[in-house]
Amino acid sequence: MLETNGNGHFEPRIVAFFCTWCTYTAADLAGIARMAYAPNVRVIRLMCSGRVDPQFVLAAFQHGADGVLIGGCHPGDCHYQEGNYKTLRRVELLRAVTRGMGIDDERLRLEWISASEGDKVRQVCDEMTEQLRRLGPLRLRSPERSVEMLVTGEAR
Amino acid sequence: MTKPKVGFYWCASCGGCEEAVVDLGEDVLALVELVDVVFWPVALDFKRADVEAMEDGELAAVFINGAVRTSEQEEMVELLRRKSAAVIAFGSCAVLGGIPGLANLYEREAILDAAYREAPSVENPEGTLPAEKCSVAEGELTLPAFDDSVRTLDQVIDVDYYLPGCPPPGHLIWSAATALLGGTLPPKGAVLAPDVALCSECPRAATKSDTLLVKEFRRPHEVFVDPDLCLLAQGVICLGPATRAGCAAVCIGGNMPCTGCMGPTSRVLDHGAKALSAIASLLDANDGDEIVARTAEIVDPIGTFYRYSLPASLLFRSVEPEMRKEPVS
Repeated sequence: MLETNGNGHFEPRIVAFFCTWCTYTAADLAGIARMAYAPNVRVIRLMCSGRVDPQFVLAAFQHGADGVLIGGCHPGDCHYQEGNYKTLRRVELLRAVTRGMGIDDERLRLEWISASEGDKVRQVCDEMTEQLRRLGPLRLRSPERSVEMLVTGEAR
Repeated sequence: MTKPKVGFYWCASCGGCEEAVVDLGEDVLALVELVDVVFWPVALDFKRADVEAMEDGELAAVFINGAVRTSEQEEMVELLRRKSAAVIAFGSCAVLGGIPGLANLYEREAILDAAYREAPSVENPEGTLPAEKCSVAEGELTLPAFDDSVRTLDQVIDVDYYLPGCPPPGHLIWSAATALLGGTLPPKGAVLAPDVALCSECPRAATKSDTLLVKEFRRPHEVFVDPDLCLLAQGVICLGPATRAGCAAVCIGGNMPCTGCMGPTSRVLDHGAKALSAIASLLDANDGDEIVARTAEIVDPIGTFYRYSLPASLLFRSVEPEMRKEPVS
């Protein structure tokens, strides 16, 4: 599962959920402006950050993401009036759960990035990639791995 | 004609599921008219050797309650899987991991320390922990291995049907038993309970507004709960919107909120995530600091949203301590 660069260093995998009206448009702008930023981010485009079901975030972690980035419109700017407020509430509550499960806060990030802030996309992606590089991979235990640990004595 | 044979078994459980079978009352007599109960450790004196002596597939069905944590439980459920045509995960612990599943928040060593060294009622000056093998004058003693994590039944063996609940409601047990005997069971893998949210059968549903918002979260002991009004409308966290129906809302009938024992409906992947999503959407706050303050009112968020379903959740278990930057308090 570990991704490494040519030098054998760990490269984090980040799954990003961007709303189509603001953050995704900003990412597009960053591309058009030929800004270079960390290629560790896999963007999933949604109509609204409010569409980010907490299950998506956990499923991303479970499938091997080292971090999850959610990008939405600034407060007051949501195309659907208040989708981003719902995201803010859900992420805050979800963070209480992920923190309790031992997932460091840096691994789940919520950012407001407007359509004109292409440079902020670059900056956030670079910064988060760097933080996760330092933090290392997120290794979750699965039921299968739990058994393996028992058999190999790793659990004892 | 010989009667179909059924068995009951328990793993990491409290005994409440066994009680639920007994609570069928006189219906139990009708049931034993129709089937032979050939294995039921809590009630009948049959041993593991009796099960081993059976032909493979000889049992028509086995009802297994409790989560799986030890090597003994694992061996027994694997044995029962071979001997039984159908396996029914019985109760929240077998279906989702249940309350014992919350142990997946802690490391194995910490659990053993808490139980055998740190508990105030324990007198253990040498700090002895249970060992799988131990030599005494009379010979070698053995204990089952204590696994790294709590698992649901279907993480260990193939499960045919699921009957959730803590414990499963009597009428669902009865309808499962009659469907089994009548050969009218749904396709394999089905949960033998309605596939709608609890709100749909809640007697207070009419008082739940479509535009319901919660100003602040309160725990049941912090408020005089109005027995006729939707609990969420009173700020008490009720998992009814995200939990499967089928229990006839008995907790709400007792003026207590739903804690989610029936698990999620079939469209949901992770019960706790869906429940927290529903509750977060109801919060009447748009300001960051206000949201932080209100969510902080939810004491023990994992215990609230994943009370019965942590091992069945997407994360399954807490991250290993050495993988974390911050120690978890």
